[in-house]
Amino acid sequence: MSSFRHSFDIIGPVMIGPSSSHTAGAARLGRMARSLFGRQPEVAEITLYGSFAKTYKGHGTDVALVAGLLDFETHDPRIPDSLKIAESLDFHVTFRPGRPNPDFHPNTARISLKAGEDAFELLGCSIGGGAVEVLEIYGFQVKITGSYPTLVIPHADRYGVVAAVTAILSAHQLNISTMEVARRGRGSDALMVIGTDEMPPDDAVAAIQSLDAVRQVARINPS
Amino acid sequence: MRFRNLAELVAVAEQEKKPMYEIMIEEHVNETGQTREQVIQTMTDSFDVMVASVQRGLTEDIKSFSGLTGGDAKRVYEYAQKGKTLLGKQATEAVAMALSTSEVNAAMGLVVATPTAGSCGILPGVLSSLRESLGLEKEQLVLGMFTAAAVGYVVANNASISGAGGGCQAEVGSATAMAAAAAVELAGGSPEQAIQAAGLALKNVLGLVCDPVAGLVEVPCIIRNGFGSVLALAGADMALAGVRSVIPPDEVILAMYNIGKQMPVELRETAMGGLATTPTGKKIEKQIYGDELNEA
Repeated sequence: MSSFRHSFDIIGPVMIGPSSSHTAGAARLGRMARSLFGRQPEVAEITLYGSFAKTYKGHGTDVALVAGLLDFETHDPRIPDSLKIAESLDFHVTFRPGRPNPDFHPNTARISLKAGEDAFELLGCSIGGGAVEVLEIYGFQVKITGSYPTLVIPHADRYGVVAAVTAILSAHQLNISTMEVARRGRGSDALMVIGTDEMPPDDAVAAIQSLDAVRQVARINPS
Repeated sequence: MRFRNLAELVAVAEQEKKPMYEIMIEEHVNETGQTREQVIQTMTDSFDVMVASVQRGLTEDIKSFSGLTGGDAKRVYEYAQKGKTLLGKQATEAVAMALSTSEVNAAMGLVVATPTAGSCGILPGVLSSLRESLGLEKEQLVLGMFTAAAVGYVVANNASISGAGGGCQAEVGSATAMAAAAAVELAGGSPEQAIQAAGLALKNVLGLVCDPVAGLVEVPCIIRNGFGSVLALAGADMALAGVRSVIPPDEVILAMYNIGKQMPVELRETAMGGLATTPTGKKIEKQIYGDELNEA
């Protein structure tokens, strides 16, 4: 499938400068991590690779990633002040350069989040023009672009879970455009990534959340 | 999408006897389920942001966060108003408006990435200039943005629009090709002429490296946006005159992709080569960061 899907993947985003891949894309990656984590993190450890590692200060990549983790959109005028805002919220962020990896896209970041007992990790890259791809979450290989509504559902590997989730989407007349299912091993941790044409409403998410085998439901809004 | 490359896009447009922007709007409606009005409204909102960023750079005293750039847009615009420019008033104004948007971007101002922030000046520069030279209405210019989007869509999916991925040719080059095609359709040219303009313009920036001084989207990015706007207009004029790219536009895009892959990492937005590592480039980097950047 094409990574860039329509006009506004090319014309847009409307954004605070100076770089679509290093600022807007970074903000989107941060915001996707925040959405997937589901709450304001208290600690973030961010590893930067390639061009991200070399030029992050000049491009405001650090500022933008933190802005995304604060749930700011790409055009939020508070982006330039995000580091100060994070500090005022007792949100601690550290950046470090990662070891060069020729398999990674030149603009790649690994974002580790913690809040209380909860922890989350994401690997993603900013592929140009503000578009991003999440490549790894919970140790699962995925491909999430965030350019259409997406549900990310970690769950237990049991019979009937996939059917129960899709039945709920069907009952809400939501069309599934893409779907990935993966598991660590038989009866172990599993992950569903479901793309839909329309954003699933709160009651659909609550119904999925209430399923026994489902651990969490994260919704990613197209931005 | 009914097209994967420019040749297929032209084939669809010719078969349906519609401009490329119409095809792109139809595809968008089909892809997202939004109405035509919604899609056009979203693009109009982006157009308004673009116009505001052009105006801001021409009326305010813009200074980038590093203090390195700002004020050139105003200089060129005022010079153009004196009437005696070598390029002619409207092309010189396109330069001023492209510089303007790029300066606002470098100052962490609000812009529209077209297709990227590093290349965000070219399309607004060209559209603003055409507004005057062709006497176009806002509604028409917004349609031209869909032409630009169609070309950008093909480039992004078949090559790259990222400086880190393919060098400046992928950013300023893509923006120039997009703006050239939009200019042709806005001037009443055919879809075939529009993609020829894109191919001609892109050919002229093949190999352009991404070598930002101190890693900032300032030097040479802002000036390259100014030049890109003129290159787009020149490409459009050549195509409207009937010039064709001997290498088909889709093959030019492929060449751009391959050149990007062959480009060493030092010349792909890492600030490790080119202008970034000139004596003055290094000096500026040191003034801004001390030795911090090199440790990262």
